[in-house]
Amino acid sequence: MRITVKFFASLKEQFEKPELELELDDNQFTVADVWKQVSQHSELPANVLSAVNLEYAQASDTVNDGDEVAFFPPVTGG
Amino acid sequence: MRIEVRTTAFNPWSELNAYESNDANHSIGACSAFVGSMRDFNEDTSVSAMTLDYYPGMTENQLKKIANTHSNQYQLEDVLIIHRVGEIKPGESIVLVACWSSHRKQTFDACRSLMEDLKHKAPFWKQEKTDQGLRWVEKNTAG
Repeated sequence: MRITVKFFASLKEQFEKPELELELDDNQFTVADVWKQVSQHSELPANVLSAVNLEYAQASDTVNDGDEVAFFPPVTGG
Repeated sequence: MRIEVRTTAFNPWSELNAYESNDANHSIGACSAFVGSMRDFNEDTSVSAMTLDYYPGMTENQLKKIANTHSNQYQLEDVLIIHRVGEIKPGESIVLVACWSSHRKQTFDACRSLMEDLKHKAPFWKQEKTDQGLRWVEKNTAG
């Protein structure tokens, strides 16, 4: 399956790109697994938030073909 | 209800006035509004400018969700949210939140609660320009 991974704020600088396309095999992948794929197998840090298809997600949420997964730091608007 | 992410500077009072003028439902009842503006300092450091990053699509969705939740919870007649993104100068408005209801208590309570939800859930990120360079704001100040 193929998913889009987006990074925002400081993570965009850390990964040196705003987004990337990720090709995964057909096994079941979670948000935490996606993070491992893009971060050389590190664990998802507690201070990194995630979203799937524009909604907040948990690390254990499953990812499906065509999904947009995003990682970002705690929000600071307002 | 109007939810807007704005890329250019705006005058919150003109926006509020124009919004009220265009909607007859606002002619009675109560309105509370909050305006947040950019400070020229943060954590004892001078800040000369700020850039607000956001997540197009998710940010608007979250703002709508927060507005709808508060509209139901506080029996609001209407909600207006305008939030700035892009490069911002000290003194410029960052956010306008206005709540309308039949009674003042609902509008006061809803406006405060909605702002706190916005600060903790809406995907915006501030990057400040200081004498030492650029730095990302890592947490909200206490309300």
